[in-house]
Amino acid sequence: MSDTAAIVIENASLYGDTTADLVIVDGRIASLDRADAPAGARTLDASGLVALPGLVDIHTHLREPGREDAETIETGSRSAAQGGFVAIHAMANTTPTADTAGVVELVASRGREVGLVDVFPVGAVTVGLEGTQLSEMGAMANSRAQVRMFSDDGKCVHDPVLMRRALEYVKTFDGVIAQHAQDPRLTEGAQMHEGLVSAELGLAGWPAVAEESIIARDVLLAGHVGSRLHVCHLSTAGSVDIIRWAKAKGIDVTAEVMPHHLLLTDESVRGYDPRFKVNPPLRTQEDVDAVRAGLADGTIDVVATDHAPHPDEDKDCEWGAAAMGMIGLETALGIVQKTMVDTGALSWRDVARVMSTTPASIGRDAEHGRPLEVGEPANITLVDPAAAWTVEPSATASRSNNSPFGGIELPGRAVATFLRGRPTYLDVSFEGAFA
Amino acid sequence: MKHLLGTQDMSRADATLILDTTAQMAATQEREIRKLPTLRGRTVVNLFFEDSTRTRISFEAAAKRLSADVINFSAKGSSLSKGESLKDTALTLQAMGADAVVIRHWASGAADRLAHSGWMHGAVLNAGDGTHQHPTQALLDAFTMRRHLVDSPEGKGLDGLTVAIVGDVLHSRVAGSNIALLKTLGANVVVVAPPTLLPFGMASRTDISVHYTLDSALEAHDLDAIMMLRVQRERMTGGGSGFFPSPEEYTRLFGLDRARMDRMPDHAIILHPGPMNRGLEISAEAADSPRSVIVEQVSNGVAVRMAALYLLLSGEEAPSE
Repeated sequence: MSDTAAIVIENASLYGDTTADLVIVDGRIASLDRADAPAGARTLDASGLVALPGLVDIHTHLREPGREDAETIETGSRSAAQGGFVAIHAMANTTPTADTAGVVELVASRGREVGLVDVFPVGAVTVGLEGTQLSEMGAMANSRAQVRMFSDDGKCVHDPVLMRRALEYVKTFDGVIAQHAQDPRLTEGAQMHEGLVSAELGLAGWPAVAEESIIARDVLLAGHVGSRLHVCHLSTAGSVDIIRWAKAKGIDVTAEVMPHHLLLTDESVRGYDPRFKVNPPLRTQEDVDAVRAGLADGTIDVVATDHAPHPDEDKDCEWGAAAMGMIGLETALGIVQKTMVDTGALSWRDVARVMSTTPASIGRDAEHGRPLEVGEPANITLVDPAAAWTVEPSATASRSNNSPFGGIELPGRAVATFLRGRPTYLDVSFEGAFA
Repeated sequence: MKHLLGTQDMSRADATLILDTTAQMAATQEREIRKLPTLRGRTVVNLFFEDSTRTRISFEAAAKRLSADVINFSAKGSSLSKGESLKDTALTLQAMGADAVVIRHWASGAADRLAHSGWMHGAVLNAGDGTHQHPTQALLDAFTMRRHLVDSPEGKGLDGLTVAIVGDVLHSRVAGSNIALLKTLGANVVVVAPPTLLPFGMASRTDISVHYTLDSALEAHDLDAIMMLRVQRERMTGGGSGFFPSPEEYTRLFGLDRARMDRMPDHAIILHPGPMNRGLEISAEAADSPRSVIVEQVSNGVAVRMAALYLLLSGEEAPSE
C-alpha cells in the first residue's frame, strides 16, 4: 500500500466529545466529512474510538548511541508508535553524551531514517552531564536538529550559579531548561523514597525535600532572570505546592509527572523487586493523590513517560545493584485513562492537552500538538477506551522489558497512530481494514 | 520454616521454638563430644559478600557441629565494583547442590532476593543484609536475655522485661532485628540514639520508647538489659555529613561507663554484638564487669545457628513460616 494514499477515518469521536470523520490527504487533515474523500481513499472504521492529536513525549530515553543493548532509536521509536506517540524527546544521557551538535544531529537523523516518530534530541546543559561547564547549547540549537530543550536528566544541575547561567543563556534561542530536581548531597546512596517503608526495609532514603528544595530554588531563579523552566518528573505533594505557588506568581514554569507516579507507591518496594526501582522513587499514597490533583487542576502541565530501558542483567539482581528506571511508552496512555479519565479527573480533551498540545508547546515542536482541524498535520492517535488489556512486559516493542506494570489491567490503549497521515502503528484488529 | 530472613514476620511460636531448640543445642555443647550427626551428608554454604570473620566462623562451627559439609564462598563485589552477580553465584550453588546458603551481603534485601527469585531452591539464612536484618544475632541476644532474666525459660518469651538498645540504630541491622523480635516476645523496647541516627519515623512510634540521651533513658526506665551497638568511627565525622560532631561527644552522651552502669538495677545485664570499640560506646569497666554477658553471646551464637540450621534442614517442620 502506498503511504501517500488518502485515508478516511470514519466515525471517530474527536477528543471524546464530537463524532466526525477525518479525511487525510497528503499528510494533512483535508476534511471532517467523508463525502469529501477523494476516489480510491482507504477507509478505517473508528466507531467507538477516541481520536486525539498524536501524543508527544517530552521525556524518553532511547539509549542510542552507547547502550544499544538496552534500546535503539528504532526499537524505542516502534514502542513509542505502539503507545500512540508521534513525537518523542530523546534525553541526552547517552554515550557519548548529547552535548554537541554532532551527537544531536546523529540522533535526529537516525530518528528520521526510522521514520516511526519524530525524534527530537534533548541537548545536555553541561558538558558530559558533569555539572561544571555549559555545553555548546547554541550550536545544538542552530544545528539541523534544532534543539530547544536542554537537560542533564539523570543528574541535577545542582550548582546554583550554573543553573542561573543556563536559564539565562537559552533565552537566546527560545530554549528551555528541563531540570532533574535532585539535591545530590541529600540523596547520596539513595535507594528509595525516605519514609516508613525505607526505614523498615533498611534502604537508604531519597527524601522528598531533596526534590522540593531544588524546585523551590529553580522557580525563584527562573523568576529572577525571566527564563523558561521545565521541571522533570515531579513526584511529591510538596513539589506540587511549590509549582502552584510559582505559577500564581507568574513565573514561567511547567512541570511533568510520570505515569508510574500516578499509579504506584513505595509499598511496591517491599518485595525488593528492582523493577520498582526508579529515580525519583515511588512515593507515598499522599503524594500520588497530590500529583493526580495537580494534574487535574493544571498545576502539572504534562504527562511524560521517562521511558528508561535497562537490560535484564541490570534488573535481575539485588536491589542495591540494580539500575533505576522503567519502560513506559506503551503503558502511559492506559495508566492516564485508569488514573485520571476513568476517575473523572480529566476529560479526553484534557488528555490531548497534557499528552500532546502542551508537551509539543514546551518542546517547541511546531507541527505537533495541533488541533484536529482541517488543514492541520495528520498526526493522530486513535484510542480504544474499552480495550482493556493486561500488561505483559515481554510483549513490548522495546528492546528491554523492565516494566513494573506486568499483570496490571489497564482499561484502554492506543490502537492506531498516524504520523503525517501515515500509519506508524495499527492494532491487529485493523488487519485487512485497508484491503 | 523454609528460610530465616528476618524477625519482622516471625511468629512468637516460631521464635520460641528456635529459642527452645537453642537451649537443647547449648546443652549438647556441654558434653565431652560436641558433634551431632544430625546433618550428615547435607551441604551448607557460607556465602559472604562482606567480610565478617566472626559471623562466618560462628555459622561454620554450628554447621560442623551438626556434621554438615561446609563450603565457604567469599564473593567480593559491591555496587561499584561488580564481581560475579548474585544470580550467577546462586545458580552455581544450586548446581553444586547446596542444601542451605548462609548469606551476608552489603545490599538490604539480598537474602529475600536469593530466597524468592527462583535462582535456587535451598534454604536461605540471612547472616546480615545491608542495614536491614540480622535475625540470628537478635535470636542469640534474646536467648541470652531469656537465660539470665527469665525463670524456667523453656517455652517462654521476654514478657515484661525492659531492654534498651543504644547507638547507631539507623545503620544497624542488629537493632532492626532486635526491635522486632523483642516486641514479638513481649519486651518493652527503649531505643537510645541521637536523632541523626534514628530511622525515619521511629521517634513517633508509640510501641517503643525513644530517648535522645542515655541519661534520660536511665532516668525513665528500670532496665533489665542494655544492648550497646557498635559505632562506626567513620560515621562520626567527614565531609560535612557526619552524624555526630565527635567520638568524644558521643561517649559523653551515649557511652556506657561505670557511673551509668551503677544506675541500672543490680540484675541488669550488658550486651554488645561485637566487635566492641572500648572507650567509645562502652568503657572497659562495663565490658569486663560481672554484668557483661558479651562473651557468652558468642557461644550462644553458635547454639542459635545450630538450632536454625537444624530446624530448616532436618525436615522437622516448625508451626509455620
